[in-house]
Amino acid sequence: MSALTPISRTPVSFYVPVVALAGGVAGLFVGTAWNATLIGIVAGAILMAAIAFVMTQVIKLERPSRWGLTALLAVAGFMAAGIPAAVIGGAFGWLFGWFSFWLYEGRYRERIAPYLTPGQVLWHFSFRVICGAVLVFLITPILVVMPLSFNAENFFTFTPEMLRFDPAGYSLKHYRDFFNNPDWQQAVANSVKIAPAATLLSVGFGTLAAIGLSQPHVPFRRAIMAILISPMIVPLIISAAGMYFFYSRIGLQGTYIGVVLAHAALGIPFVIITVTATLVGFDNSLTRAAANMGAGPVTTFFRVQMPLILPGVISGGLFAFITSFDEVVVVLFVGSAGQKTLPWQMFTGLREQISPTILAVATILVGVSICLLTVVELLRRRSERLRGMSPA
Amino acid sequence: MTDNVANGPMLAADGTSLKSSLNRALRRQKLRALMLIAPLLIFVLLTFVAPIVDMLFRSVENQIVSDTLPRTVASLKDWDEEGDTLPPPETYKALYEDIFVAKERKLHTRLGSRLNYELTGMSSLFRKTGRRVEDMGEVYQDQFEDLNPFWKDAENWNPVMGAPAWVTAQNAWTKASGRPQPAFVPNPAIADILPQTAAKFALFADFVQNEDNDNLSKTDPWAVVYSALYDDLSTGADISGYTGPGAQELQEAAAVVASFETVDFSAAMTKVDKDWSSLDVWQTLKVYSPDFTSGYFLNSIDMQKSVDGPEMRPENQQFYIRLFVRTLIMSLVITGSCILLGYPVGFILANLPSKTANLLMILVLLPFWTSLLVRTSAWKVMLQQQGVVNDTLVWLGLVADDSRLALINNSTGTVIAMTHILLPFMILPLYSVMKTIPVSYVRAAKSLGATNWTAFWRVYFPQSVPGIGAGSILVFILSIGYYITPEIVGGTSGSFISNQIAYHISSSLNWGLAAALGAILLVVVMGLYWAYDRIVGIDNVKLGG
Repeated sequence: MSALTPISRTPVSFYVPVVALAGGVAGLFVGTAWNATLIGIVAGAILMAAIAFVMTQVIKLERPSRWGLTALLAVAGFMAAGIPAAVIGGAFGWLFGWFSFWLYEGRYRERIAPYLTPGQVLWHFSFRVICGAVLVFLITPILVVMPLSFNAENFFTFTPEMLRFDPAGYSLKHYRDFFNNPDWQQAVANSVKIAPAATLLSVGFGTLAAIGLSQPHVPFRRAIMAILISPMIVPLIISAAGMYFFYSRIGLQGTYIGVVLAHAALGIPFVIITVTATLVGFDNSLTRAAANMGAGPVTTFFRVQMPLILPGVISGGLFAFITSFDEVVVVLFVGSAGQKTLPWQMFTGLREQISPTILAVATILVGVSICLLTVVELLRRRSERLRGMSPA
Repeated sequence: MTDNVANGPMLAADGTSLKSSLNRALRRQKLRALMLIAPLLIFVLLTFVAPIVDMLFRSVENQIVSDTLPRTVASLKDWDEEGDTLPPPETYKALYEDIFVAKERKLHTRLGSRLNYELTGMSSLFRKTGRRVEDMGEVYQDQFEDLNPFWKDAENWNPVMGAPAWVTAQNAWTKASGRPQPAFVPNPAIADILPQTAAKFALFADFVQNEDNDNLSKTDPWAVVYSALYDDLSTGADISGYTGPGAQELQEAAAVVASFETVDFSAAMTKVDKDWSSLDVWQTLKVYSPDFTSGYFLNSIDMQKSVDGPEMRPENQQFYIRLFVRTLIMSLVITGSCILLGYPVGFILANLPSKTANLLMILVLLPFWTSLLVRTSAWKVMLQQQGVVNDTLVWLGLVADDSRLALINNSTGTVIAMTHILLPFMILPLYSVMKTIPVSYVRAAKSLGATNWTAFWRVYFPQSVPGIGAGSILVFILSIGYYITPEIVGGTSGSFISNQIAYHISSSLNWGLAAALGAILLVVVMGLYWAYDRIVGIDNVKLGG
């Protein structure tokens, strides 16, 4: 899709007003921050229009003028309000430099179909901006938590020191608290004890059942599937309530085994879904071939089928693991203080004594989920490659 | 395959007909599949389905009334609750006996709080009655004891009420021996002559031996036993034929029992608390006396049981219907905003070159894989009064410092945070459906003269509807039962029905109501689940692209 359309430089009457418009929007924010909205808009528009004109028509060299603008605005920002403003100014400068030349050289049309009208081109880019905004919405909360966890104060917001990038504003004290506090350490230990056991149970039972479900003739397949997937669908509070009542009756409430069983039940749908998805592309003639050459069912399973569906099994296991590791509602009801897991500790922390240690834990957990996500993605690709469903 | 008639039916290698041999193979295949599934199915049925079924039973269970007040319930059977007369004195007497026993077992407060859900004041009524019930029967006890100190002691009662062999065994038993007490065996002669006394004493003996674990030979009988003895004697029990232990004392008592001061239980009860003369209390008792009740379900839709059948609660006590409606509306809003935000992203992911799309996909999958509590705490941090969002808005000058937006502890907070949390569940199905829509259709529409909008609305959009359907049902199902996020960022005005269920389980301990609310929620979710299975197929749930 590269260089679909021949491009040419655009006239001054096009790109200068567009840059001015963008400058005006930027000026709006700066202006309101200084309590002078209108002046901000006008000044921003005029300034940016002039800069764009000078860069393209007077200096004419792309690289130097873009870097020059970046440096200029960074310095201007620093003079105005210190390091944070310098960073913002620099970013603005880089953006406007790029934007001016992007418009001037006509690069914006490079990758889109030549027959589009200007209105359609405008929509094309507005649409991307909207999508970008949604993606920013998705990722911001996760990104915001990370720097806040290094806060030197017990606040949940950025302190002036942090915004000034003053090293005194940052510290590892919340991480130290996490590693030294017996409550948190006990919670981690419990989570690490419960999740693998639950995962093992759901993967063991789940894989067998998924293989059974993928056979060509299974009576009541739809009903069985609906029952096995239901732990994912039934609201957690209902599962938790039911298990609380029932497990108290049979004496499993407040025990390690009770929590493990409950979590295993919750993880099963994920194993079933991922493993059956892997088995969809499984070529059954392979097992027949193995049987033909004298392998017993057990050998066939471990030597032929298992290696092929292993990626699906592992990612199902990871799903089950994260389900248990992340689960709080059921453990809140089925467990007792002795089974306090990490999410439970976070939940009480959020509800009662708010402490920024939660943010340190959150950052560590984001790290864990990044690792898990990477593993699952790699496995998925490997599995698709193995089954020849998509090119490498 | 047609059978060859001339050569007989087609045969398999082992000589049986091919048809039956194939059938057998198929049967074996089915059996093998079921054998593989069976362990998991049993596991899920035991650990997951059974608890939920148990919870559903709990929503109609009501044995507590008839278990705690068996005699009262039996005696109320003949009472007409729709009339305006109070129950007869026998019912009050039965109530006295029931509460006396319940008090000893410490069950009367439990019943009180159970009935308090239906009629406020019941809890204190039962507690108060429990405190005073002891004194009520002592009138008879005192008179028997005044008549003859014989009646004071357990040592004298046991030989009268128990079989001789048991009395010997019981007297030989000591607590230190560590062995269980010899179980009480009634004296058959007395059981015939003094049936009520024997019944009450058996109850008392069972309680002392099995619940209190006290030595029966050293525990004096309850006051109820004395009033039962009075009843037996005053109704003309024939003790002339009795010759066993205590025969002389019994005859002495029988001779004077007619002159005993009697207790009017209905007056006594009313004296303890005038609520016992209120028709409401008795109607509530009667209405809730059956073993199973629809009361919890009626409560959960703001109705109540009354003698004239179900009726709406007064306007100011209505709460649950509004909560259900709020949960539904907020789930719809969340689903709507997920469609609004998810559709463009799904579209762009499906139409970008796969390298860029995979990169952007990470931005969708990372929140999906991140712990729910991490995301919820992030939103709590961001939406606070002094949080990042408000700080940014103030810094930009969009909001004045003294009028920061209230974004948390209300429904706004719940909607924002839950839209973020559930958005991946919308984007992923949308993406997988949009990925299969051929680009050429839209191009063809445009080349036939459709405008952009027409091409999208008439050609592309209808093909993406399955994705919207799948995503919406999934998001709606998940949001309608959400607990954690509304609990943390929702406050009171942004809480869901789940929060109320949790409250009834862990704080108010009204488990029946929690179970009924849960059952209603479960029915809604199961309906949607069925629809999802119909429309999308359970097999087609996608996790992570």
